[in-house]
Amino acid sequence: MNEFLEFIDNNLQITYILILAIFVGVEVIKSIPAVLHTPLMSGANALSGVVIVGAILVMLHADPTDYVALSLGFIAVVLGVLNVVGGFAVTDRMLQMFKRKK
Amino acid sequence: MGILLNIIYLIATVTFVVGLKMLGHPETAKKGNLIAAAGMGLAIIGTVLVHDLEVSPLIYMLIAAAILVGSIIGWLIAIKVEMTKMPELVSLFNGFGGASAALIGLVEYGKNVNDATQATTIVSGIIIGAITFSGSLIAWGKLNGTLKSVVRIPYYNSINNIVVIGIVIFAAFMVATGVDSQLLLYGLLATGLVYGILFVLPIGGADMPVVISLLNSLTGIAAAITGILYNNMVMLVGGILVGSAGIILTVAMCKAMNRTLGSVIFGAFGATAAAAG
Repeated sequence: MNEFLEFIDNNLQITYILILAIFVGVEVIKSIPAVLHTPLMSGANALSGVVIVGAILVMLHADPTDYVALSLGFIAVVLGVLNVVGGFAVTDRMLQMFKRKK
Repeated sequence: MGILLNIIYLIATVTFVVGLKMLGHPETAKKGNLIAAAGMGLAIIGTVLVHDLEVSPLIYMLIAAAILVGSIIGWLIAIKVEMTKMPELVSLFNGFGGASAALIGLVEYGKNVNDATQATTIVSGIIIGAITFSGSLIAWGKLNGTLKSVVRIPYYNSINNIVVIGIVIFAAFMVATGVDSQLLLYGLLATGLVYGILFVLPIGGADMPVVISLLNSLTGIAAAITGILYNNMVMLVGGILVGSAGIILTVAMCKAMNRTLGSVIFGAFGATAAAAG
């Protein structure tokens, strides 16, 4: 418990950002028409691909001779990019379909 | 250099919020998606190019190759898939994001094992990433018909509880002792994978979109946790946005189906199912 409180105290800025971001996420999504549920889920999925930034950082910080880190990082970047590019592309196609229906 | 990258991340974060907001309105949804995509592209390019690190050309080439391979495959799958198969594709992509988060944790654990705070974030990232990866793959399999819609596991509740408690104790042990063992690390990954399978397997195919939305929210949380690890604001805010928006969306999807989230997750087995069915 003490360590938890200490963590909050040491990372006060991050804690504030974290809490405010939770509220922003909730507010942004309020009252969405049901037809947009699936595209929105897909768009949010593409956004969660932001983890790719971490995967790139792993690669940038890796020792060129550390083959384990390099290969894991490489796979992480490929998977992250798949999530991002595939996610946004699929969302775009869903929304095209939605437009035609209208 | 640091200032430029921070500004890039700031712009990307704003595009995420604006894009997500626009995705919620029929007239602006398409544009919102493109704005968020542009912001993501900016964040990725900025991360690769704008820094003071000394990086060998080999690593740059590997990063470029990974981005190229991922982009081409992701793009091809996305434009070729039939319209009816899109939800399962979202699940698959979401699983990849979770796997990416877990892999980052695997690499970073050894370097941060002596710092309890960092170790906690890494261990949580690995577990959540693993759960979303295997869970999303099961959801994907259910939607495309590879897996039987409802799977009944005997003693499901007990097995489930044991696995959850096991994961928590396992993770707490690793953080508390600061043990630097690759074997234990991969063991933790495996328990996360097992729980992801257990979590999704008993849920019926019709409820899969809700489950995918929930898993998507978890991937966002995994990304945010990784953001804390790197003190990286775009990952933190982007991930938390997806995490909280995803939960609200999950609840909204349940409401649209006249269900509650509890009945989707827990209704698939035990007494509730018997009473309902």
